[in-house]
Amino acid sequence: MGVAIQIDNVTKAYGKNIVIQGLSAEIQPGEFFTLLGPSGCGKTTLLRMIIGFNSIEGGEIRVDGKVINQIPTNRRNMGMVFQNYAVFPHMSVRDNVAYGLKTRHVPKAERYKRADEILKLVKIDDYADRMPTQLSGGQQQRVALARAIVIQPEVLLMDEPLSNLDAKLRVEMRNVIKRIQRQVGITTVYVTHDQEEALAISDRIAVMHGGVIQQIGTPKHIYQRPANEFVSSFIGLSNFVDAENQNGTLDFGCGYRVQMSTLRPDAGRKVCVAVRPEEFLIRSAEEPGIPATVRSSVFLGMTQHYFLTLGDEKEIEVVVPSDRSDLIPDGEKVSLQIVADKVNVFDGESRATVIREGV
Amino acid sequence: MNKQKHSPIWTFLALLVLALFLIFVVYPLVLILYKSVINPSDGSFTLENFTRFFTRKYYTNTLINSFKVTIVATLISATLGLLMAYITRQYQIAGSKWLNICIVVSYLSPPFIGAYAWIQLLGRNGVITRFINGLFGVTFEGIYGFAGIVLVFSLQSFPLVYMYVCGALQNLDNSLNEAAESLGASNFQRVTGIILPLVLPTVLASSLLVFMRVFADFGTPMLIGEGYRTYPVVLYNQFMGEVSNDNYFAAALCVIIVAITMVFFFLQRYIARKHSYSMSALKPMQPRAQRPLPRFLCHLFVYLVVLVALLPQLTVIVTSFLKESTPGIFTNEFTLVNYQTIFSKNPRVIPNTYLFGLIAIALVIVFGVLIAYLAVRRRSIITSTVDTLTMLPYIIPGSVLGICLLYGFAKPPLALTGTAAIIIIALTIRRMPYTIRSSTAIISQISPSIEEAAVSLGASELRSFREVTLPMMMPGVISGAIMSWVTVISELSSSIMLYRASTQTLTVAVYTEVIRDCFGNAAAYSTVLTITSVLSLLLFFKLTGRRDISV
Repeated sequence: MGVAIQIDNVTKAYGKNIVIQGLSAEIQPGEFFTLLGPSGCGKTTLLRMIIGFNSIEGGEIRVDGKVINQIPTNRRNMGMVFQNYAVFPHMSVRDNVAYGLKTRHVPKAERYKRADEILKLVKIDDYADRMPTQLSGGQQQRVALARAIVIQPEVLLMDEPLSNLDAKLRVEMRNVIKRIQRQVGITTVYVTHDQEEALAISDRIAVMHGGVIQQIGTPKHIYQRPANEFVSSFIGLSNFVDAENQNGTLDFGCGYRVQMSTLRPDAGRKVCVAVRPEEFLIRSAEEPGIPATVRSSVFLGMTQHYFLTLGDEKEIEVVVPSDRSDLIPDGEKVSLQIVADKVNVFDGESRATVIREGV
Repeated sequence: MNKQKHSPIWTFLALLVLALFLIFVVYPLVLILYKSVINPSDGSFTLENFTRFFTRKYYTNTLINSFKVTIVATLISATLGLLMAYITRQYQIAGSKWLNICIVVSYLSPPFIGAYAWIQLLGRNGVITRFINGLFGVTFEGIYGFAGIVLVFSLQSFPLVYMYVCGALQNLDNSLNEAAESLGASNFQRVTGIILPLVLPTVLASSLLVFMRVFADFGTPMLIGEGYRTYPVVLYNQFMGEVSNDNYFAAALCVIIVAITMVFFFLQRYIARKHSYSMSALKPMQPRAQRPLPRFLCHLFVYLVVLVALLPQLTVIVTSFLKESTPGIFTNEFTLVNYQTIFSKNPRVIPNTYLFGLIAIALVIVFGVLIAYLAVRRRSIITSTVDTLTMLPYIIPGSVLGICLLYGFAKPPLALTGTAAIIIIALTIRRMPYTIRSSTAIISQISPSIEEAAVSLGASELRSFREVTLPMMMPGVISGAIMSWVTVISELSSSIMLYRASTQTLTVAVYTEVIRDCFGNAAAYSTVLTITSVLSLLLFFKLTGRRDISV
């Protein structure tokens, strides 16, 4: 079934401008692996190195154990789905899907048979004889997906395939891609800047920033235990509060101290605590906690969002499940407590996590 | 107040434009059609002129000749244009920006100047002919007739295909290339299976434009054709000839050629519409690196073609500074006498060219923008009629337009024959459809709500057009106007029918000097023309910041 991809210490440079330096990652056979990061982080560059549109200036990429650095794209046997679909406008849907088989000299009858099978798999067989201009964006992307997998590639690569679709279609196509990838069992590398999409679709995610992989992990792990401040702020929402680590107890000043069980023993004194909006508890001002003032609130049905400011005017967002109790009025002074086993703590200098592994 | 109802000013303007078109385009055309089927002696209906044409071999042969040269020249132009466009877009060619300008320059000079320059080079007494004959001891007679016409037309017309295909290649998104590659296509499979089919409609459409242009051109076969008579030459002779001029027969000839160009015009539109893939590239193709040998061959080919295409221009410029021993034979002596002659002989030629050109451009802009605006934003029966009528000049060859206007305005109340006005009108009509087309494209890109916003803020419709829409259109219109200017000053086929000594323009002067064997003067005149075109082009590139043009 799927094959492994080893990215070993690769470097990408345009002249003297080094975009990626010494990047390594290992992608498991049959895995749905996502490169996630803001624009310009190098994720598409890395993907294009795998497919062969970008040269590799250092290190090597191995697919199924074979080094592919020097193999031209058209011999790599990888399927690619493009952001703008890149469906050939002068060919019918069926001819588009059959094109990769044609270049492989598959006999005509056979290639149409296989094309039709795949068209059925991606549920677009009703449109087989249409021209691409008669299709919607979502349908074109299904054609592009069918075209990429019909050649039975070793690896499927997708470059922001959903970003040109509207929100509703995006969710629908996300599920189509996930289902088909499962069904075919093909190793897939997926590039996106949309964290929600990445969380929903991936087996594992590599969060990239500035040409460097910040963290590789399952969606759950990356969300709950981000490796550093960047990942914590890029994936989901985090409030950052400075604190002092006194032998495993966090001192927020103002008399609020929290005993932690998740910190590494070597954690430094100056730390930064990353608190998700749902990891704050709002208490009355008399109870211990970080003093804060409610500025405004929004009711969103399932949840209730509060926007508060701390003593130093720092803005904080807190989400609580909505219940029958009354809203806290604007201007009310409160205390904020944290959920100790859930929050993340980063070193004040390096901004990397000081949480123990496996908690 | 109900703003849905358009202000009456638009209806008035639409009617005005419609009236002008009826008077200056439709009426002369109908008159020609009428003359072609009328017996001059008793005014009865007759098809005699047409039967006379189609039953005499002398005449039908000219039609066959025209088709032959046109088809061959079109095929060569299409091949050259496609190759040049593909190579310059796909590979890194050193100095490609300047090559592009050179190609445009070679396209913008009137074809007959190419014809006369090639006579200088490869004619009976041509420089190259004498060199070859001296070297090999042969008596090569020079290229006249079929070969000469095809040579001139091919070199003159391939830039049109080149420019269109370049545009199409630029709109071809690179991801299509990459998709093909990722699906296992080799370079050859990618070019033949993806790129070629995608640009083929553009190649076809531009080839048909070349076809229409070449088919109707009379200056080139007139000069270099010698015994090889093409249809436009016969038309010209029939009309202007001293031996026989039968106006009614000439009218029939006009009708026949309009019918032919009309067929190709609609074919062209059909292909352009049916097969155009509305593509817009997010990422255009990137030039690819090549191995040294193919790289060298590509450079050699591109530079050779551009050099040969530019050769007529260069010849003309060089010979304009040389002394003639006998007409057509230039010595190596430098002289400015040619320039002295042209400035003293008929000092009005150059001012005429600039004046007529500028007035025509002003008219073209005013009416072109107005018609485009009316057609896009004030759609009504009147404006759609105007919009359809404005396509007529696409179909009418220049010489036919000239004849139409001559017939139509020989007598009062509008006796315009021999005036500057009739030449300006001809130039305006010739260029109008191109400006309308480009203005329509510009207006379509401006959101109507911008104008509605102005109206909602209290501006009148006319005022919002003047103060909002018009200023937004201007950059596009001005750059279009420069291109129109360059084409207008190199126009020959209609003005040659309409000129008098007092209304001579540069192209007419070049032509008449060549016919009189005053090659030195002709060279000086065309050099002035070329320099004007090149300066205008550089201005265009400077103003728009672009490196390509659309004609």
